[in-house]
Amino acid sequence: MSTTISEAPAPTPVGTIGDSATFNNLASTLTHESAWLKNKRQECWDQFQELPLPGRKDERWRFSTRLSMDFNEYRLAGTPDPDAVEACIDQSELVKNPLAKLVFVDNHLVATSPIADELKEKGVIFESLTDGIQNHPSLIENYLFGEEAHLGSEKFIALHNALTHAGAVIYVPKGVELKDPLFIYHWTTQEQTAVFPHTLVIAEANSTVNVIDVFNTSDLQLPAFCSASGNIYAGAGAHVTRKVIQNWSYETASFQSDATIAARDSQVKTIAINLGGKRARFENQLRITEPGAHVTMHSLTVSQGEQEFDQRTFQSHEAPDAVSDLLYKNALLDESRTIFSGIINVKKDAQRTDAYQTNRNLLLNPKADANSLPGLEIQANDVKCSHGATTGQLESEELFYMMQRGIPKRVAQQLMVFGFFEEILEKFDTDEVRDNIRNLVQSKFHQ
Amino acid sequence: MSNQLEIKNLTANIGDKPILKDFNLTIPKGEVHALMGPNGTGKSTLAKVIAGHEDYEVTSGEILVDGENILGMEPDEISHAGVFLAFQYPMEIPGVSIANFIRAALQARMEEGETFDAPAYYRELYEKMDLLQMDRKFTSRSLNEGFSGGEKKRCEILQMSMLEPTYCIMDETDSGLDIDALKVVSNGVNLMRGEDRGILVITHYQRLLEYIVPDQVHVMWDGAIVQSGDKELAIELEAKGYEWVKNELATAGA
Repeated sequence: MSTTISEAPAPTPVGTIGDSATFNNLASTLTHESAWLKNKRQECWDQFQELPLPGRKDERWRFSTRLSMDFNEYRLAGTPDPDAVEACIDQSELVKNPLAKLVFVDNHLVATSPIADELKEKGVIFESLTDGIQNHPSLIENYLFGEEAHLGSEKFIALHNALTHAGAVIYVPKGVELKDPLFIYHWTTQEQTAVFPHTLVIAEANSTVNVIDVFNTSDLQLPAFCSASGNIYAGAGAHVTRKVIQNWSYETASFQSDATIAARDSQVKTIAINLGGKRARFENQLRITEPGAHVTMHSLTVSQGEQEFDQRTFQSHEAPDAVSDLLYKNALLDESRTIFSGIINVKKDAQRTDAYQTNRNLLLNPKADANSLPGLEIQANDVKCSHGATTGQLESEELFYMMQRGIPKRVAQQLMVFGFFEEILEKFDTDEVRDNIRNLVQSKFHQ
Repeated sequence: MSNQLEIKNLTANIGDKPILKDFNLTIPKGEVHALMGPNGTGKSTLAKVIAGHEDYEVTSGEILVDGENILGMEPDEISHAGVFLAFQYPMEIPGVSIANFIRAALQARMEEGETFDAPAYYRELYEKMDLLQMDRKFTSRSLNEGFSGGEKKRCEILQMSMLEPTYCIMDETDSGLDIDALKVVSNGVNLMRGEDRGILVITHYQRLLEYIVPDQVHVMWDGAIVQSGDKELAIELEAKGYEWVKNELATAGA
């Protein structure tokens, strides 16, 4: 059962996120943090201040609409409204009975459903970032902010690292298998709120863990900012699955930066569902550091209105005999835009690599704009690599076929679009999650 | 006449090029007709024009289904009027399962307020799949995706038997089938023969007609029917080849 956090949370400083006073105030309240972490945060804050906003000349931002944001338009929000909190908790139910969950509203932890004591005794950790930092300082020092994507969002990552105090620390000891998913919900409810969801997953050798992050909003028109970061450390033979369902408001500037390290024979699956945001940048970096790893990276985006989804991926093979397989699918409505730019990088010693990268775009309106920049950088000579991008519309011959069976045009088009989604949705392993995500994605599709 | 599919003086073009030239054919309910002819003579065009494909321009003529002219109707309306086209090359529809597809087609035929009886639907679907020797796991597979030629054709017959059309047009149903699959598919078609249904089998070869024995055989040449007869005509055609028809025509024209 979930526990609502009823005791008054420690007051969080309220302030705009571009202001050093906000950082200093926050730092003064995070007294439980180690000297190492305090220094790290200060470094990151300084870096954030120094780094310019990415410009058009930066190749890693090619095709992106130029950023012209003022960080002081957004703030660390104070304690959210109790009614809003209650509504968020009620709706944090992608499955009825999860193994465990955490619910954050505007960075404030509002509900937890902890893991069973039996799992805690085995050494499993599923704690809020704040608790994790306090309770496991050496683990934090070894892993927190230890691996970062270098795909263009350094400024946003630095800001995230300086300010994040919402999210989860997940640690699964050697050989422990958690088959059912752990859920972390993040909500935005207050105007100009800035949220910094952080998910740290450490899976020791031969362990299994399944994590689902859900980003949601109480109001689809709420102006908001997000800089999220997720790190996966998959130990030897570990099975890690992480899904992120991004359903922010249509007025959110969203930056997500994920980085994964896959060790020997590990199996990692990531799935991203991208629905929200005014502009949503999603960076996903994979480093295979030891032989035999098998990693799949899937993404499904439905863009509409004037939304812009900007996806940058990097599959780095640094060890031989490993597989990475990426499939990013975008369905574009209205005058929306998507950008996919992906690189497969195979180092000299990474022989017998199998690396694949596919981007498929379905244009449902001729005014929509899909950009694709697949890339290969291969130094090894014995590899199987492929990359490809397709952009197309609903095929008229397929439509004729379906209509010949008596299915009206509108229904046939919808079936085809939903069929396009299915290749990703079928990767969701439990029926309850899959059905709920399918409903969510389908609800975004309007004619 | 209200108990037949009637194609009268049909002329149809693709672009400026005429494909069907004053084409006439009547298929009464209860009969199976075969339409034979060499490639490029307009057989598949005929099938698509009847089904309402937008690429073809009909410049004259009528297509009457039980007396109702279906020319100009949308393909789904023609389907609702009772016409089913089994495709020569069925489309692959990724992510749409056979079960959901047929269900959508049946739901499109329901009256307002009518509810769909899912258990009865699955019972019937499984029964018909058994007849066509289709594995039940096919129901959840994406429509035609990765299917062999034989599987695709069985799937067409499955759809036909679930939708129970009044008139079936089978476009080169035998192409790509080995003899075992041909028998299964033919059996499926034969089970659908009956007083209330007319069937047009379009084929290049006589082989299929050994299994689906037609009441009438028509030979098509350059956009029109040039000869009609009973099943013996198909055998004669197989023995003498389409060159024979061509020569006959030349002689007749001389």
